[in-house]
Amino acid sequence: MSDEHGLHLLRQMLRIRRFEERCVELYSRSAIRGFLHLAIGEEACAVGVTEALAPDDAVVATYREHGHALARGISMREIMAELEGKLEGSSKGRGGSMHIFDAVARFYGGNAIVGGGIPLAVGLALADHLQGRRRITACFFGDGAVAEGEFHESMNLAALWHLPVLFCCENNLYAMGTALERAQSETDLSLKAASYRVPSWNVDGMDVVAVEEAARRAGEVVRDGGGPHFLELRTYRFRAHSMYDPDRYRDKAEIERWKERDPIPALTADLGAAGILAEGDLDRLEKEVEAEVDDAVAFADAGTDEDVSDLERYVMSEPRPGAT
Amino acid sequence: MSAATTPTTAITYREAMREAIREALVRDERVFLMGEDVGRYGGCYAVSLGLLEEFGPERIRDTPLSESAFVGAGIGAALGGMRPIVEIMTVNFSMLALDQIVNNAAALLYMSGGQFNVPLVIRMTTGAGRQVAAQHSHSLEAWYAHVPGLRVLSPATIDDARRMLWPSVCDPDPVIIFEHGQLYNARGELTEDPVTDITSAAIRRRGEDVTIVAFGGTLGPALEASEQLAAQGIEAEVIDLRSLRPLDSETFLASVGRTHRAVVVDEGWRTGSVSAEVAARITEEAFYDLDAPVTRVCSAEVPMPYAKHLEEAALPQPDKVVAAVRQLGG
Repeated sequence: MSDEHGLHLLRQMLRIRRFEERCVELYSRSAIRGFLHLAIGEEACAVGVTEALAPDDAVVATYREHGHALARGISMREIMAELEGKLEGSSKGRGGSMHIFDAVARFYGGNAIVGGGIPLAVGLALADHLQGRRRITACFFGDGAVAEGEFHESMNLAALWHLPVLFCCENNLYAMGTALERAQSETDLSLKAASYRVPSWNVDGMDVVAVEEAARRAGEVVRDGGGPHFLELRTYRFRAHSMYDPDRYRDKAEIERWKERDPIPALTADLGAAGILAEGDLDRLEKEVEAEVDDAVAFADAGTDEDVSDLERYVMSEPRPGAT
Repeated sequence: MSAATTPTTAITYREAMREAIREALVRDERVFLMGEDVGRYGGCYAVSLGLLEEFGPERIRDTPLSESAFVGAGIGAALGGMRPIVEIMTVNFSMLALDQIVNNAAALLYMSGGQFNVPLVIRMTTGAGRQVAAQHSHSLEAWYAHVPGLRVLSPATIDDARRMLWPSVCDPDPVIIFEHGQLYNARGELTEDPVTDITSAAIRRRGEDVTIVAFGGTLGPALEASEQLAAQGIEAEVIDLRSLRPLDSETFLASVGRTHRAVVVDEGWRTGSVSAEVAARITEEAFYDLDAPVTRVCSAEVPMPYAKHLEEAALPQPDKVVAAVRQLGG
């Protein structure tokens, strides 16, 4: 790994962490409302996988997708404006935290029906297959989705049709408040994918370098026509499921144990030990990230409310000149 | 009808739909058909018979029995630049894909602030009359017509079976086409200059005394009733809705303005039905044109029974339409 790349991974994880910490503040002052799901602790998954993608690959994500969107290169300004419900937001304020979309980044949500995004990823990959395009679709979902029928139907279809999907299961051990062992008869989720003859790996989801390496290796095989692959990224969310969650179902000691494996200090230490991160570099990085977050909040705060007369716009497509 | 008098251009509804699919496959290479048994089997109602041989397995795709995955994959493929036609065997099975249709297909454009439209066509069989009981016979068009973001079509004629698919494929948004199972064997000639849009209602019979509004499987009973009424000196105007969403109110409101009486015929259950919507719009917008309350003839509110006499009793038959019209008086 180059020095530059190591610092890039750290920066990306910090951007997500500091962005989401600021979201909590904004939620407290009611600038953000509705459901807000934070991925604090899980940043290595979004960053590691996204790094392995080419610019024209597609991403399908979940309702806990701020990190995927930021890592994919969607501007922090537009994401924050979306969370504040502003016209300048990535979905013009129609979606909010759970529904970030970006056509340029080929970012297909922001899907808030657990498991509901997985068939979309299969279809995007089918379109690439039918059009002979050499690109892949990365599909993020949680351990909760693995209990849904749509997961099993989609895994079967993707394997049967040999489609270029990289399935990325972010297993944070809880489907909202239900622990994995209380929801799954088989808790090794990679075995479920493997039962559909989808090559599957367990990956340390708290190690961004390990996630990137696994995603790169799997992604190359998928791109080369090797059919769908499945990564079980073993991770943990440090905060509650959403802002409404009193987090009564987890042992506090368990949370603390996982925090010891926080991917950001872990990478910081590794980069320091390797001499890549010099004295003062982290402070400088933190300041840059803070400035970006400040700028995003200022942009969102200064954003405009969409005119109510546009309420019914985009229910159906508007005529587009030259569209076919 | 003897062979000598059979017009050479007469085709069945099934053949008309097959020709429509073939046309779409020929005209646009992004079009493909997928669903359960659409390929080797030839389609559960034989609509796609022969298409696999003509277009090959990449474009005529047999799917596993997983409605949610293949409908969702159709949505994803549409997002990815294709123009999928997805077949669901019956409307009852479409419940297994309701999440994808309502939460994704209908919502993605709006939820993404106008970025992602879903040019997808979903075809499915609807309706009763074949003694296939309570899990293969229902008319749930109203559920879909309830949802913003969808177009819902109900081709009731050979012409519409043949001509409504291509504009649906070209439409940038999801279109759901309901094909009544009783219509597949209906035979008729294509007309020279048919209506080809997917938004307007059509007047199938002119009359001054009463407006009968029907769609899909109830157009036949409505027309049959109108002939019986004509023999009794009552001239009914029969409106075929064709599109259930958007609903072309203008056509039936104008008709009611002329006839001052309306009967709505719907194979769905009365409560929360398409007929309820039509009746409400007539009441809201043409109340003072009415000489009598709007009347409805719908299916009995029961899961469809198997026994032939019970099924017949449950459905909106022509005699019930005639009776409803006669009760309006005048």
